[in-house]
Amino acid sequence: MNRKRLVYLDHAATTPTAPGVVEAMLPYFSGRFGNPSSIYGIARESRLAVDHAREQVARAINGSPEEVYLTSGGTEADNWAIKGVAFADRKRGDHIITSSIEHHAVLHTCQYLEKQGFRVTYLSVDEFGRVDPADLENAMTDRTVLVSIMAANNEIGTLEPIAACGEICRDHGVRFHTDAVQAIGSVPVDVEALNVDLLSLSAHKFYGPKGVGALYVRKGVRLDNLLHGGAQERHRRAGTENVPGIVGMGVAIERACERREDYARRLTALRDRLYGGITERIEHVRLNGHPTERLPGNLNLSFRFIEGESTLLMLDHAGICASSGSACTSGSLDPSYVLLAIGLPHEIAHGSLRFTLGESNTDDDVDYVLETLPPIVERLRTMSPLYAEYRRSQDVQ
Amino acid sequence: MYSEKVMDHFMNPRNQGEIEDPDGVGEVGNPKCGDIMKIFLRVRDDRVEDVKFQTFGCGAAVATSSMATELVKGKTLEEAWDLSNTVVAEALGGLPPVKMHCSVLAEEGIHKAINDYRVRHGLEPWDEKPGAPKAHSNETCEA
Ligand SMILES: Cc1ncc(COP(=O)(O)O)c(C=O)c1O
Ligand code: FES
Repeated sequence: MNRKRLVYLDHAATTPTAPGVVEAMLPYFSGRFGNPSSIYGIARESRLAVDHAREQVARAINGSPEEVYLTSGGTEADNWAIKGVAFADRKRGDHIITSSIEHHAVLHTCQYLEKQGFRVTYLSVDEFGRVDPADLENAMTDRTVLVSIMAANNEIGTLEPIAACGEICRDHGVRFHTDAVQAIGSVPVDVEALNVDLLSLSAHKFYGPKGVGALYVRKGVRLDNLLHGGAQERHRRAGTENVPGIVGMGVAIERACERREDYARRLTALRDRLYGGITERIEHVRLNGHPTERLPGNLNLSFRFIEGESTLLMLDHAGICASSGSACTSGSLDPSYVLLAIGLPHEIAHGSLRFTLGESNTDDDVDYVLETLPPIVERLRTMSPLYAEYRRSQDVQ
Repeated sequence: MYSEKVMDHFMNPRNQGEIEDPDGVGEVGNPKCGDIMKIFLRVRDDRVEDVKFQTFGCGAAVATSSMATELVKGKTLEEAWDLSNTVVAEALGGLPPVKMHCSVLAEEGIHKAINDYRVRHGLEPWDEKPGAPKAHSNETCEA
């Protein structure tokens, strides 16, 4: 077991920076350290770098640079989009529609707004984690001001019918936000094709640095400020820009979009081989999320009779990094709300593992997991009173 | 997150398994909460001659099952009853606060197995100390 091997399969949590990203950032820490708001030469360099990155982000999502606002990440972008529209449109209405499987950055923001007197409808999803656009249509009221549906779910990888939801919103004259944090670089994201008014993204999910992201805001969308202070981001988002981070995000998003098709094809193949290999070698495994409408690198599985945290610990011991929707990993008594929302019983949700593949993963990595995981599952099942009970019930039959 | 001791008992659990025709069995926890522990006792002359466990749960649940069974082995039933979850946790070099409830499970499992033995022998089951901690106070887990 003393192999010094590291197989990172948690790219939905975060990614390493791509080659060229850190190199592009470095000059902006020292040599070109100027504040973009100042007027002298080195400040101008910073300003130009920020503007260039803004263009790179805009191009990647088919928006224009004036519609891109730079933020501290996905969480800020989600908070800003939702609170910003809700408060700006307060006179028009007080109703927001979202889904029950959004990231906490959206869900907790909506819960906060409920405390401020807004009403929120949380659309349920089907067994694959898909929102039904017909449910969205039915939930619309004349008080609805905002709909927020994620492009791709971070746990189960399900892709949502964003274009259809966007069209419904447009027909109703309601603003549509999508959290595309997991989608960028993996699936096509085009603000025109998807009919979105606001879109969140985060650099560290597409091989850029952590702590930087963007909110796309379509021209004409009214949005209250979230951060008050200086005049940065055309008076919309106060605070001195994270220039190196923004530069890194620009390089990363351009690169991610150039490579997207290859990347998706490669990851899909690796992921499907991993899935096939696991189900060949291990019994009582369930795929969570949609069989085809899912992120290329996402594999979310439930292993019956065992618990996720203990599986992760053993995988970690063998150098494999993954994650789980078990309650035991979060310190709460309830497993992942996403897994419960797709109808998994608690005990099956506790046995879930999420493998998210990325750029550095190889066929060798897949082989290593296929060799390492089955004995771990077997060992934990041997330890499990649920498995003993199951086997007794099989013997009786 | 876990101490070396916890990881050792998790990776190499002592006393894991089943006892055939045990003298006492205690199953506690709830699959809904992600943890079930089953304790098997072999009793001779009022002492724990052998003890085994099966656990479905996190690393702390497995490690506390392992340590708790180690600590009660060879003890009188009365001594075994008095083993508290904090002693088990200390023996493991401490547990993260969110994982203390898993150690309570081990204490409850041993108590249940001892009382199972007592009832089988026509003895009164012992009472939990008033105010003893419970693994699951959360409603979702009382189901
Ligand atoms: C879907 C989704 N939204 C939002 C976020 C938050 O992004 P950030 O980590 O940049 O704040 C994440 C990342 O965890 C995510 O997966
Ligand atoms: S068994 Fe769930 S946290 Fe320990």
